[in-house]
Amino acid sequence: MYNTIKTPLVHITRRKDIVWYRAWLIRILAIVLALILCGIITTFVVHINPIEVYKTMISGNFGTTRKIWFMGQDLATLLIISLALAPAFRMRFWNLGGDGQALMGCFGAAACMILFSGSVPNWLMLIMMFAAALFCGMLWAVIPAFFKAKWNTNETLFTLMMNYLATQIIAFFVVVWENPKGSSKIGIINQRSRIGWLPEIGGNKYILIIIVAIVLAVVMFIYMRYSKHGYEIAVVGESEPTARYVGIKVKKVILRTLLLSGAICGLAGFLMVSSTNHTLTTTLVGGRGFTGVMVAWLAKFNPFFMILTSFLLVFLNRGASEISTMFGFNDSFGAILTGIILFFIIGCEFFLNYEMHFRKRAKKEVE
Amino acid sequence: MKSLKKVLALVLVAIFAVGMLAACGKSGGGDEPAGSGAAPGGSGAVAPASEFKAGLICLHDENSTYDLNFINGFKEACEAMGLVEGETYFIKTNKGENEECYQAASEMVDMGCNVIFADSFGHEDYILQAAIENPDVQFCHATGTKAHTEKVANYHNAFASIYEGRYLAGIAAGLKLNEMIDSGKITADKAVMGYVGAYPYAEVKSGYTSFYLGAKSVCPSVTMQVTFTNSWYDETLEKTGAQTLIDNGCVLISQHADSMGAPTACEAANVPNISYNGSTVAACPNTFIVSSRINWAPYFTYAMQATKDGTPIDYDYVGTIETGSVVLTDINEAAAAPGTAEAIEAAKADLVSGATNVFDTANFTVGGQKLDSYLADVDDMGDFQPETEVIENGVFKESVFRSAPYFDIDIDGITILGDVQ
Repeated sequence: MYNTIKTPLVHITRRKDIVWYRAWLIRILAIVLALILCGIITTFVVHINPIEVYKTMISGNFGTTRKIWFMGQDLATLLIISLALAPAFRMRFWNLGGDGQALMGCFGAAACMILFSGSVPNWLMLIMMFAAALFCGMLWAVIPAFFKAKWNTNETLFTLMMNYLATQIIAFFVVVWENPKGSSKIGIINQRSRIGWLPEIGGNKYILIIIVAIVLAVVMFIYMRYSKHGYEIAVVGESEPTARYVGIKVKKVILRTLLLSGAICGLAGFLMVSSTNHTLTTTLVGGRGFTGVMVAWLAKFNPFFMILTSFLLVFLNRGASEISTMFGFNDSFGAILTGIILFFIIGCEFFLNYEMHFRKRAKKEVE
Repeated sequence: MKSLKKVLALVLVAIFAVGMLAACGKSGGGDEPAGSGAAPGGSGAVAPASEFKAGLICLHDENSTYDLNFINGFKEACEAMGLVEGETYFIKTNKGENEECYQAASEMVDMGCNVIFADSFGHEDYILQAAIENPDVQFCHATGTKAHTEKVANYHNAFASIYEGRYLAGIAAGLKLNEMIDSGKITADKAVMGYVGAYPYAEVKSGYTSFYLGAKSVCPSVTMQVTFTNSWYDETLEKTGAQTLIDNGCVLISQHADSMGAPTACEAANVPNISYNGSTVAACPNTFIVSSRINWAPYFTYAMQATKDGTPIDYDYVGTIETGSVVLTDINEAAAAPGTAEAIEAAKADLVSGATNVFDTANFTVGGQKLDSYLADVDDMGDFQPETEVIENGVFKESVFRSAPYFDIDIDGITILGDVQ
């Protein structure tokens, strides 16, 4: 009797296609479920009304005009670095070196400020900083790209290692340029003279980076969707042999795309030093090169969706920080909530790509 | 077997379902949390303007002994003034020494804080920037150096004469070494202490030199080796550093770095440890002797009360043993030499009365010579130019010309090993 054909309780098939509203329904369901689970944990573990916690997350991002600007600047920084990574990922080149590339951008810009302040006019200083930042970012991206194109080395490990190299180089120069002596910190560069500081638009130093991020998102969308370069990137990503067959110079595409990737990371570094932070530390980029991977993947490399996904991550991060301040926890509790929400959001991708079939009751009766 | 699997599956499903129901019941409907997203900015922390509020910005969180010491002091001072966490006093942790710090300070201004404190040396420039932009709010930065030269009316530095605490802790170390010598465990010339420092910076140098002088005051043959981690908080490096010193033959370890790395390495190797920032006796019951620490509560109370009353706050506040700012933790009798408590009490009385001075030039030599004159870079203008004569009447006057330490001399008897590898 038990030797008849067994039907598993659940079996899974790949979805051919999914209508957009069903996809969004699944996503929204995932977020609701995540919030419920967070609610359970908040209620039973720390004995706080979860609604208050969610309200705090929102006020942490939107509570005051100033907070909205801070959030916007944070979002813009993350978005720029994510946009830098997107074309490389589209090409199936796993650039995990966004952190290092942006950090080297910071290094290039800060080096100009420290070495040439007072000897060149401010406009020239800004141009030099811009050029140096882009150059350093590109250099950090093109080295692994060159090895990949020439000898097919593993770019995942290579770009990852370049991050540590960048951190160590900056750690070294922070000691060289430390102020005061022995303190191992640089502090705000040119705090009084403001040499090498980008001008504030209407007295607000956050607008500029936000504008740059939006413009870049639009440009990147056009570049990836409509330009010949964008098409080449997509073909190389789908299949290298096909690309070669249709006459695309794969090596050239790899190098060119990574130069672009590095340049945009360098730009992010320039903006971080010149527009907001005005300093150089090893933690300035703060892991955005890695968060950017998630931003780009969740948005399927669509620059406009990336605005949404980077908002999600920034929102969670700032919300978590606000929770710790308002309820007197350390950051771990906020991190747990963020983790749960991300787990559900990433997990729901599974249900977007696969369909679950449950064993029907009728079958059992036949058995 | 098969039915067992089914039962297990059913039970799991049941547990999950019950969990869901419980969630709905507790949070008042599962859709409500998502619904709250419709009202952004609904719960801004707007309070009556008259209410007094205070904020503290920390580099790390309570896992760092350094930050924990600030957090505890702040909570104590705030609660003594009747403030409530999350309502009238706020703590922001893990704020880096960059724009993050400025943003945290600005947000605290928006929350209505009347006085804002920051605990890390690298926060200084960002707090100063916030102070310039918000002249109605008082900003107090611990361990900083710029208040007395920048002269921004609402920006203040604070520190404590912690070298006195280190000196007293050093006495406990010296007595322990004497005990080892007397019991024949080591010979007098093998009385070598090890010290894990963060950076080769005046704050650290002043700390280990005073510790060494304290030990030397009771154990004349003592020498010391120092290694640096180049980080205020790096558990692995601190552990490695302590282990290297132990392997070098150091029979007692102390540290100026903020993790549990060195104390736990000592406990594992059964080497006595003099701690900093607070007692580590819970993790190191066999090796912890005593710890010196700065008690920030008196300063918090002073600055908050002054802000409340509208009276000026010192540009440079130096807490002392007398103000209760420099304290020693309880002595762990299991590890300390007998008579330690009495010896510390006696030395403390002498320090308070002025009978002894920690940096009395009669007690140390530099390159074999007694020091008669020393210029220190007190006015920290970024010029690296020492300009202030700090030796008066045969005493190096530490924390007198500004609150942050400036004793940065390498004295005889202390060997600098360099960085932890």
